[in-house]
Amino acid sequence: MLELKKVSRLFGGLQALHQVDMHVLEGRIVGLIGPNGAGKTTLINNISGLDHPTSGTIHFEGREIHNLPPHRITGLGIARTYQNIRLFGEMTVLENLLISQHGRGQATVFDSLVFTPRFRAEERRLKDAALQLLERFQLAGMAHLLAGNLPYGDQRRLEMARALATGPKLLLLDEPTAGMNPIETEQLGEQILRLRDEQLTVLVIEHDMSLIHQVCDEIYVLNFGQIIAHGTPDVIKHNPQVIEAYLGREEDAELAGG
Amino acid sequence: MDLLRSIGITEIVFQLMLVNAILGLSIYLTLYTGMFSLANAGFMAIGAYVGVVLTQNYDLPLWAALIGGMLAAGVVAVPIGLPVLRLRDIYLAIATIGFGEVVRILILNFDTLASSISGESVQLTRGALGITGIPKITETWQLLLFLVVTVYILVRLHRSRFGRAMAAVRQDEQAAATMGINVVYVKNAVFIFSAILAASAGVLKAHLTRTISPGDYGFDQVVNILAFAVLGGTSTWLGPIVGGFVLTALPEILREFKQYRGIVNGVILLMVIVYLPGGLVNINGWKRLWRRIRGQPSVTGKIQDAETG
Amino acid sequence: MNITQQIVNAIWLGGVYSLFALGYALVFSVLGVLNLAHSAVFMWGAFIGLVAVTQLNVSVWAAIPLAMVVSGIISIVLDVVAFAPLRRRNAPRISQLISSIGAAILLVNIAQLIFGTQPQRFPLGSIPSDPLEGLPVRITPIQIIILLVAVTLMAVLQYLVVRTRAGQAMRAVAFNQRVASLLGINSGNVFRMTFFLAGALAGAAGVLFGLAYNTITPFMGDSVALKGLTVIVLGGLGNIQGAVVGGFVVAALEVFSIAAGGSNYREAFVFTLLFLILLFRPQGLVGQAAQTRA
Ligand SMILES: Nc1ncnc2c1ncn2[C@@H]1O[C@H](COP(=O)(O)OP(=O)(O)O)[C@@H](O)[C@H]1O
Ligand SMILES: [Mg+2]
Repeated sequence: MLELKKVSRLFGGLQALHQVDMHVLEGRIVGLIGPNGAGKTTLINNISGLDHPTSGTIHFEGREIHNLPPHRITGLGIARTYQNIRLFGEMTVLENLLISQHGRGQATVFDSLVFTPRFRAEERRLKDAALQLLERFQLAGMAHLLAGNLPYGDQRRLEMARALATGPKLLLLDEPTAGMNPIETEQLGEQILRLRDEQLTVLVIEHDMSLIHQVCDEIYVLNFGQIIAHGTPDVIKHNPQVIEAYLGREEDAELAGG
Repeated sequence: MDLLRSIGITEIVFQLMLVNAILGLSIYLTLYTGMFSLANAGFMAIGAYVGVVLTQNYDLPLWAALIGGMLAAGVVAVPIGLPVLRLRDIYLAIATIGFGEVVRILILNFDTLASSISGESVQLTRGALGITGIPKITETWQLLLFLVVTVYILVRLHRSRFGRAMAAVRQDEQAAATMGINVVYVKNAVFIFSAILAASAGVLKAHLTRTISPGDYGFDQVVNILAFAVLGGTSTWLGPIVGGFVLTALPEILREFKQYRGIVNGVILLMVIVYLPGGLVNINGWKRLWRRIRGQPSVTGKIQDAETG
Repeated sequence: MNITQQIVNAIWLGGVYSLFALGYALVFSVLGVLNLAHSAVFMWGAFIGLVAVTQLNVSVWAAIPLAMVVSGIISIVLDVVAFAPLRRRNAPRISQLISSIGAAILLVNIAQLIFGTQPQRFPLGSIPSDPLEGLPVRITPIQIIILLVAVTLMAVLQYLVVRTRAGQAMRAVAFNQRVASLLGINSGNVFRMTFFLAGALAGAAGVLFGLAYNTITPFMGDSVALKGLTVIVLGGLGNIQGAVVGGFVVAALEVFSIAAGGSNYREAFVFTLLFLILLFRPQGLVGQAAQTRA
């Protein structure tokens, strides 16, 4: 479904990604792990069109996407969340979810001016979809609160709901549980597993190894911009190179313990 | 009406208040979308000159001049917006100031330029002296109608998909893009809309004041337009209207203090940006100010003080 | 008009532009804000110089430093009133730009109230104005003086910024305010010093400009304000050496477009250049990875 070939990204002299090959199959939940600064976020930025590879190609469902602008990529069915939450904080929770359905509507400003039936039907449809997502992510009572005023855990879940509202086939999650407590993390894991039941493909960056084991079918390990290992969670856990990459870091303990 | 007149709000002052409200709305559109563009005076000039040429040289009615002026500004806005809107905050501001100046200078020299190109004597914009004796055909009801229609469009715009996209682009361009919003399209469309609105105000005002000259559309004019929006605030469309009304009416009401007019304007702008950053039409801003006056610093205020102190 | 004459004209005019733009650039480099009231300080500098010469009967030589000090103080007040409160609140740069516009309006109108709107002049003979004899081109003593003062002040500024502790502190704050405060640098003092220096430079430029054109009005800052903007964009916003280069480039562009018969469009050239630079080289003409910032 998603195929990266020899993707490299240079920032000045810094090789943030080096010849990354990656193949994400439809319906799978793929983990992407690696120490801080390994290039994980850069990889997601390149897939989602916020950044473009210096060289290499990215294909999605057979289409070349590495030169497309972000909104086109979203339109093709790739959505993402941000590691450092980037909600529209001055807007309500509901509005956040309406905005992310932008590409799923057709009504123009003119439709809004004269209240065409199309406009009213569409607004109702978008709102219903938004409310359903709120329900699903335990945000139901908060539709009219400002997103920026939500507690941290709720913001994280809203990030994910907002990405889902774009109607994606592939979801890119950048450290979705960062800053969450273990209970919240576990609940989020269940949400991710539920996505698989809905035929969604997921690429998730995580530090929490228990979550990785809970949800992932396979894992890619990135270190200094290079893929150093790829396999099932069990295989990765015992890969000496991976342990080496994490050595002396706190993730080391997690890795062994997970 | 008599009451208004007694405090200095004559019909022409009221008409100018309406025109300035439209101008305030034109810059509100771009500010609301997170673009700090200062091109409005330039587009106003384009509208005014095209409109006046249409009514004076071609004897067309006001509505035709209005459409002509708006179209001209819209057409110019396309090639300007596409490259310029890639720039951000201060850089965008400077580039659009540059645009405004180029427009002003081109209008100033239009006749000589056109004469030397065509080989005949062209007298259209009439240089620094400008065009005088324009018929005063803009009427109050037309201005009111125009403003009401504009506000209706704005209200419906905000309730539309596109309007939500505008707010999203302002808050976080990248996040907006990955939510499926074509940021370049949104920005350019808003820029064009803003240009058209500024041009309409240019046409309407020219047929009120009866004279126009390039000097009317310089940096001072942009600053005035910006002041309408800043004073009123840009969190809702009501802000720039209030701002335009207040800044137009105030000097007339205080006309005994005419010589202090500029000082008052400067002080108002400073005070608002320092003490009421959301403008006059912003409840939260007033609440924050009230707390400050009462000596109860807000929580965030405390943190910031600790940081800098 | 011969080419040498044009070059001479471009050089002294460039000196004034550079001097004016230096303060602009200095504030931008240290604080990251555009101070649109800089031109109002420039105008005040000219008036203070004028008042010193006409009312206090001091020579032009004493009037320049006096104008510099007073302008520097005005500039500090500007910071306290228009910038510091916004800085404390972490307001966006655009808010600071708007408040600087408010301050500019205020300063211009106060000047109008005090000095009136009629153009005023330095008294005849404050400075010798007859062209130097025996030269192939027309050069007046005032032009030479302007250039000398401008170049001296630029050299002094360069020395201050690069060689002194105060300059080091400025560069540290410009680079990263948080790190600077960890190093024990009082950023408030640095900001005040920056504004003082910027104001002093603007004041000197104002007096020199007033001497050169011999018309001083509250609005004399207007044209320079936008031109100065072009200058610092050309040089790369916040790049101090760039501002100097930019000043001479803009002056040359103006002088030569006048000579080419386009005196009416000379400003159109300048602003078109501004426009193009922003689009194609936003880092400025001389801007490179290794910019020297204050
Ligand atoms: N826009 C950028 N410009 C320069 N360097 C960047 C940029 N984005 C990321 N980097 C660098 O690329 C490297 C990888 O960063 P990132 O992808 O955020 O890592 P991770 O998400 O794995 O922690 C880091 O060294 C970071 O400093
Ligand atoms: Mg990351």
